[in-house]
Amino acid sequence: MNFSKEHDMIRNLAREFAEKELTKEFLEEVEETGEFSEDVIKKMADCGFFGIKTPKKYGGSGSDHVAYVIVMEEIAKASGVASIYVSGPNSLVGTPILMSGTEEQKQKYLRILAKGESLMCFGLTEPGAGSDAGSMTSFAVLDGDHYIINGRKTFITAAPLSDYGVIYAKTDRSLGSRGISAFIVDLHSEGVSFGKPEDKMGLIGCATSDIIFENVKVPKENLLGREGRGFTNAMKALDTGRIGIAAQSIGIAAAALEESIDYAKDRKQFGTSIASFQGIKFMLAEMATKLEAARLLTYEAARQKDAGMDTSKIASMAKYYASEVCNDICGKAVQIHGGYGFIKDYKVERLYRDARVLTIYEGTSQIQQIVIAGQLLK
Amino acid sequence: MKIVVCIKQVPDTNVVRLDPVTNTLIREGVPSIINPDDKAGLEAALQIKDTNPEEIEVTVLTMGPPQAEEALREALAMGADHAILLTDRAFGGADTWATSNTIAGALRNLNYDLIITGRQAIDGDTAQVGPQIAEHLKLPQVSYVENVEPGEDYIRVRRQFEDRYHILKVQLPCLITTLTELSEPRYMSIGKIRDAYEKEITIWGLADIEDKLDKANLGLKGSPTRVKKSFPKSGKGVGEKYDDLTSDEAAQKIIEKLKEKYII
Repeated sequence: MNFSKEHDMIRNLAREFAEKELTKEFLEEVEETGEFSEDVIKKMADCGFFGIKTPKKYGGSGSDHVAYVIVMEEIAKASGVASIYVSGPNSLVGTPILMSGTEEQKQKYLRILAKGESLMCFGLTEPGAGSDAGSMTSFAVLDGDHYIINGRKTFITAAPLSDYGVIYAKTDRSLGSRGISAFIVDLHSEGVSFGKPEDKMGLIGCATSDIIFENVKVPKENLLGREGRGFTNAMKALDTGRIGIAAQSIGIAAAALEESIDYAKDRKQFGTSIASFQGIKFMLAEMATKLEAARLLTYEAARQKDAGMDTSKIASMAKYYASEVCNDICGKAVQIHGGYGFIKDYKVERLYRDARVLTIYEGTSQIQQIVIAGQLLK
Repeated sequence: MKIVVCIKQVPDTNVVRLDPVTNTLIREGVPSIINPDDKAGLEAALQIKDTNPEEIEVTVLTMGPPQAEEALREALAMGADHAILLTDRAFGGADTWATSNTIAGALRNLNYDLIITGRQAIDGDTAQVGPQIAEHLKLPQVSYVENVEPGEDYIRVRRQFEDRYHILKVQLPCLITTLTELSEPRYMSIGKIRDAYEKEITIWGLADIEDKLDKANLGLKGSPTRVKKSFPKSGKGVGEKYDDLTSDEAAQKIIEKLKEKYII
């Protein structure tokens, strides 16, 4: 694939950062403690990783989606969880504010995000409303100068670490998904509480929890976009988010392939390196081919997004395909490592666990297929 | 205050392999980087700039083929204000003498208070260009600098020696050559990378500086150095360790070893 020199330099930066900061020792500590150093988060912000596409006038870097994919790919290659911190401000949280925010909201929150001054989370999913976001029951009612929000959000990435959230709640129960509105909520407000961080299979080091809203007063000016436009706003954010998850997938898959090649060359059985066996060669060839196809699809989605095209279908294709092949590639990587792949000392063990959620969050593979088919059949 | 940092684009010798037959460097596919000592010098300049960003100006200068522009863009993406590329066929094939003459010529075109060069480049290891530039420009120089503190019209530096260091106060303008140990270079940032590609790089050829230097000292023709042999740096061995000796036995052992090597 050909990239501009500017994009190559951005890749060099992300790669250098990953090499120096996301070291084996650091990542082992993250896995052990479940905590990710604030110092490294700050350094990522200083490199501009949190406002890649955010215009400079809002404190961002003013770059594009291709640059976003490059950074996500390189960071995820070293650490899936580190790429979660990159993803939030650039996609699920940043995009709705950039798309629907007032000038004041953009000046305030996009700047906070890009500079890494605060983390913000995206609250759409509820215990009873996952893929079917339209069935959410969180409710916001206007009372004078404030909305009063009640409800519960679940599986919210970085919720307990965040100061603010882009939260979706219905303002009109009779309208289904068209009754959903978006709000920027100060999570230190009275009535906001968090569930216990989930004990996750992978992506350890970024707490995920429920957020409970009990009569939370949110100033009227914190409505994000117009009333009833929240669902559209969330779907557009997810469009960018999907390209990000595809990028995360190709990063994790690339790491799994790299580990497998090194291991296959090194590991000797039956008096020779296992890389000389056709069974291993076939696996490596398949992994590399699928990864390359996923990369091409992901970068094409980013390029189309940068060209201002409607990327709903291709973003879903990239997310669907890249996350599925990532799981396949990580599975094969563990297989090539044999018993060692099942042991935490080996990187592929973590990659395999981190990969699993990729086909689930930000729209399951099945939802992506529905989006793709919907575009084909319209 | 105006600081000029001279940098060199070099092959990343960490990934360079040797041709087993000819014993020469295989440069193909090897990424180019800013020479580490120079990058530390650039970082030192940027740290000085951080103390007063509006007043202090950092210019990076390199001599090399057109692709050396990439090293300058990287320097801009770290925070340098301006970049100058000296490139001309007439400069090609230069040894340290011709290189320092050319760079000194370019520097005569510029205003500067402090000139920073790296101690030596990882591809040539001569450590000559920086000191030669200072001689051509008749500037005070301090080499092997591992710490810099700027003052009003001077800088205070720490110069590394094998077994000690010197603290020196030097009047500006002056030239220092810097060591990798001086500073950990900062990361670029995506925003600055964007800016770096929007900035103009000043390109000077022979015509732009010919009145500032002696043309007999340029390029291959102006290079008195003849290379007899190239060889890779050999690493120092780990040495032998004796940790179960008494102090008398240890003294004996040292004497024995020194005799063995005909040192005493």
